[in-house]
Amino acid sequence: MIPVCPTTALPPGEAARVEADEPIAVFNVDGDFYAIDDTCTHQDASLADGWLDGCAVECPLHASCFDLRTGKVSGPPAKTPVRTHRVVVQDGMIYVQPAAATDGAA
Amino acid sequence: MSPTVAVVGASLAGLSAARALRNQSYDGRIVVIGDEAHAPYDRPPLSKEFLAGTASLDDITLGAPDDEDLGLEWRLHTTAVGLDHLSRSVLLEDGSEIRADGVVLATGARARRLPGSEGLDGVHVLRSLDDAIALREELAAAGRLVVIGAGFIGAEVASTARALGLEVTVVETQPVPLAGPLGAEMGAVCAGLHADHGTRLLTGTGVAGLVGAGRVEAVELTDGTRLPADVVLVGIGATPNIEWLAHSGVALGNGVLTDARCVTNIPGVVAVGDCAAAWSAAAERHVRIEHWTHALEQPATAAAALLGTGGPTTTPVPYFWSDQYGARIQFAGSRRDGDVARVLEGSCADRSFLVVYERHGQPVAVLGMNQPRLFTRWRRQLRSAVLTQS
Repeated sequence: MIPVCPTTALPPGEAARVEADEPIAVFNVDGDFYAIDDTCTHQDASLADGWLDGCAVECPLHASCFDLRTGKVSGPPAKTPVRTHRVVVQDGMIYVQPAAATDGAA
Repeated sequence: MSPTVAVVGASLAGLSAARALRNQSYDGRIVVIGDEAHAPYDRPPLSKEFLAGTASLDDITLGAPDDEDLGLEWRLHTTAVGLDHLSRSVLLEDGSEIRADGVVLATGARARRLPGSEGLDGVHVLRSLDDAIALREELAAAGRLVVIGAGFIGAEVASTARALGLEVTVVETQPVPLAGPLGAEMGAVCAGLHADHGTRLLTGTGVAGLVGAGRVEAVELTDGTRLPADVVLVGIGATPNIEWLAHSGVALGNGVLTDARCVTNIPGVVAVGDCAAAWSAAAERHVRIEHWTHALEQPATAAAALLGTGGPTTTPVPYFWSDQYGARIQFAGSRRDGDVARVLEGSCADRSFLVVYERHGQPVAVLGMNQPRLFTRWRRQLRSAVLTQS
């Protein structure tokens, strides 16, 4: 598991970017944490820099939308979903468990 | 018989119109006509990743797996040559016609060419996939590239060619590149990227002509300078593809003229994307916008107008971006001369900044370089400000 940050460092509406084999973006949606691939599947942009709207994040570059719960595209121009990753909160720390490389996106 | 909508143009605006019609519950027939042989593809990468060879055709196709469910009837590699407004039929070059109950005009624009460059090898424009493939092949074997026009296409091609190892010179007639969209001050800052990366930029210099017999050898400037060139890229803007509508009765200006909801003077005929000039209440004139995001979002308004459903309206804040030399430039809003540009974050010298343009103390536009997160917040803020006002 990869440590992200203390829960207090990621208030609601905020996102953090985590370095992994593929970078991961972790979001706080009203106290619930979600993690997806950070790189937009359309073109190279960091989804952690995007705009959080409920359980959707809008890519900062071309406004593709992804559902944080499923990784599915909820708005074009992206065509391919992002992978989702498991988030664990333990003793006030946020961790992510990166999904297997072949999961999700297909 | 089920109704038919003919979408003329199979690029981003046309595909978005077809998706929007389905999204708004239209279940009749949709015929999409495109003059290129290729299925819809994304144009922005043509001057960047695709030109550099790091993105494939597969990477830049616009069609998503879900698009299969749209049930579109494709007529690719087919040029529309006319529109009969009485029968609302689209006439095709093979002599056949498609009778439709609704027509979406989405024929886009084409790259403007340099007069006198016809028939000279090595002189390119960049608009289509075929243009990009031809330019890519020539850049691979060339040493010196001259780019005519320091707009976004010219700057992006210069950037890609530098990364490929070419010696690049950019020639611009205006004293400051990008002064139109960004203002002189910020245009100069963005144009500074050229020098940072070893591209020579010549401004305030016109092109007198191209030198060469059969193949281009040099570009001659109005001051007499000759710039040797193996390849020349002409990036001097685009012209809307509307000539085919000349006798259709559709009102034309600098594009197909429409009201704010994309409706032309002919009932049941709407126009979207680069070929359309929609009425802007703010500007008090028809405005033709060539931005990618506009072509993506505007068709939802046109589809609603065509179906008579009211429905969504276009996001009123224009947005565009450009990637050059590894820098990400993003702009949103409507800038005019006289607006004051203020740096809110970072610095121009560091090539990482956020600039807000103000008019009477109110933010009207925002420009970011390598500041995507902050830029997105400002873009959203401008959007809600405009929505509140209207």
